[in-house]
Amino acid sequence: MMTLKVNGRDHQIDADPDTPLLYVLRDDLELNAAKFGCGLGQCGACAVIVDGKAVLSCVTPLLLFQDKEVTTLEGLGSIETPAPIQRAFMEEQAAQCGYCIAGMMMQAQALLQRNPKPTDEEIRAAMEPNLCRCGTHMRILRAVHRAAHLMQTADASTVQRSGR
Amino acid sequence: MTRARVFGSVLAALAGVGVAAVFAISWRPAIPAIDPPAPQTFDATLMKRGRVLAAIGNCASCHTVRGAPDYAGGLPVATPFGTIYSTNITPDAESGLGRWSEIAFRRAMRAGVDRAGQHLYPTFPYDHFTNVTDEDDRALYAYLMTRQPVHAFARENQLSFPLDQRFVIAGWKLLFLRPGTYQPDTARSEEWNRGAYLVEGLAHCGACHTPRNALGAERATAQFAGGDVDNWHAYAINAQSPAPVPWTADALFGYLREGWHPEHGVARGPMAEVVRNLSSVPDTDIRAIVAYMASVFGAPTPDRKRRGEEVLAQVNSAPAQPESSDAAGAAIYAAACATCHEAKRPLPYGGVNLALSTAMSGPDARNAANVVLAGLRALEGEPSPIMPGFASSMNDAQIAALLNYLRSRFSNQPTWTGVEKIVEEARRTQTVALQNSRRPDHAPADSSQRDKP
Repeated sequence: MMTLKVNGRDHQIDADPDTPLLYVLRDDLELNAAKFGCGLGQCGACAVIVDGKAVLSCVTPLLLFQDKEVTTLEGLGSIETPAPIQRAFMEEQAAQCGYCIAGMMMQAQALLQRNPKPTDEEIRAAMEPNLCRCGTHMRILRAVHRAAHLMQTADASTVQRSGR
Repeated sequence: MTRARVFGSVLAALAGVGVAAVFAISWRPAIPAIDPPAPQTFDATLMKRGRVLAAIGNCASCHTVRGAPDYAGGLPVATPFGTIYSTNITPDAESGLGRWSEIAFRRAMRAGVDRAGQHLYPTFPYDHFTNVTDEDDRALYAYLMTRQPVHAFARENQLSFPLDQRFVIAGWKLLFLRPGTYQPDTARSEEWNRGAYLVEGLAHCGACHTPRNALGAERATAQFAGGDVDNWHAYAINAQSPAPVPWTADALFGYLREGWHPEHGVARGPMAEVVRNLSSVPDTDIRAIVAYMASVFGAPTPDRKRRGEEVLAQVNSAPAQPESSDAAGAAIYAAACATCHEAKRPLPYGGVNLALSTAMSGPDARNAANVVLAGLRALEGEPSPIMPGFASSMNDAQIAALLNYLRSRFSNQPTWTGVEKIVEEARRTQTVALQNSRRPDHAPADSSQRDKP
């Protein structure tokens, strides 16, 4: 039994220490934003934020999360009150099939938390671990720029509340 | 004259002789500046040959900073003596080689002296380049003088006294620079001799793979016995090679051509860039390098050969049961690594079985730590091996536990020491390296570029 802190809440988890975090999030906690894509840490669909950094949850075992704080997309905002990153992705219509988008948003969120005004090149470098097979990359790029803008203006409070 | 005065004048005379001697040893004349020659004055075939030679010489790796134009210099090279910045070797008149004649260029390659007569630090590996033929220097000169000129002055080196005094380098050269062109070994094939000429000279393999002495010179008695570069270990590439499966000529050829080999793993760190550069070099030169290096490695001893066969047999059979007391390391391996590294998907898209990885059998944990932290980033526009980095998800103690487990499970070598400190250091230096290195370290390069002059 171990305690796992997700989106600000403690959960008691009964799983083997080598269970990938993704399985715990989806199967035990029913947080289904993070997706199983390749299972090899090569596509980014499973990205979540751990202590402010993007982590690929499909290749990260539970035992590495003692005393750490996990944030999933559910922790950033909701349909009623979307976080700036979610608003930006919606406004740019950056999803096609949408399977990669939760991971994309978490990777982008982690980037914007450490670098509020990234250049195009910095966004490309940071988003490199995340793949989109529909090919919406140009919209995703625009969405990350838009999110950076949103975070600096109207919705700065949302970012403060969530993220870590 | 009193005794004291006699003594005084003798001392003064000796000091004078000393200064004169230092001057005589260290002074080099300037070579007259020329007007930058127009690119069209150079022969296209010569330029093209120079391009291949520059790739073999790995010139761009040190003389280019990430995100900046090729060959414009400015890369900080950390040495035990301080930081030395690479120079601009584009044909810019003020800040580059624009006013250098071919004679001046050849003198720099042969003797490590710039056009103005100033000694160059041996970070520029003229101890190897000294053997490059006139013909090859001419081709390299033609290639460099026809690049796009970039105005960029080299930064001031950060060296402490007396090493910031360039006459000191003259002393170093007296001790360690052995000028002379390559003398072919007539008992060997032409291919072998070509390989020896390239490996010992322009390719300067020993600059990383040979350990250095306290004065920063390669130890002649330990040639290719393994050295250090940019917080990576450059493995021994002689009989002391730590590779679990002994290298063969064919394996080396595949590795240098593709950047990976199924029985050895993936070229990483500075070697990835070497392979990337070599990708524009024709097979014949790679074959020559391999022919020579195979003889440097030598035939494996029966023991090593048997061990290699055992490892291969074990890798190809069912996975061995993990046996280790380090529970954390084993669990991390099972969850984070084994899904790729034991999936038996072939390289480069599956991970190499770590029993075959030289990193696990190497003398220290640096290379393994670097790869676990940073992973292998995908190469833009080309197929390439990839691996996620774990810097964000594991702390130093966890990576250390993992590495200690990997060492005990996948090699027959003694335990590594100080692994956690090594991880800590790797985490610190890799951040710097990622900012500076020319590009994300990958191999091979875009083959469509090969024929461009």
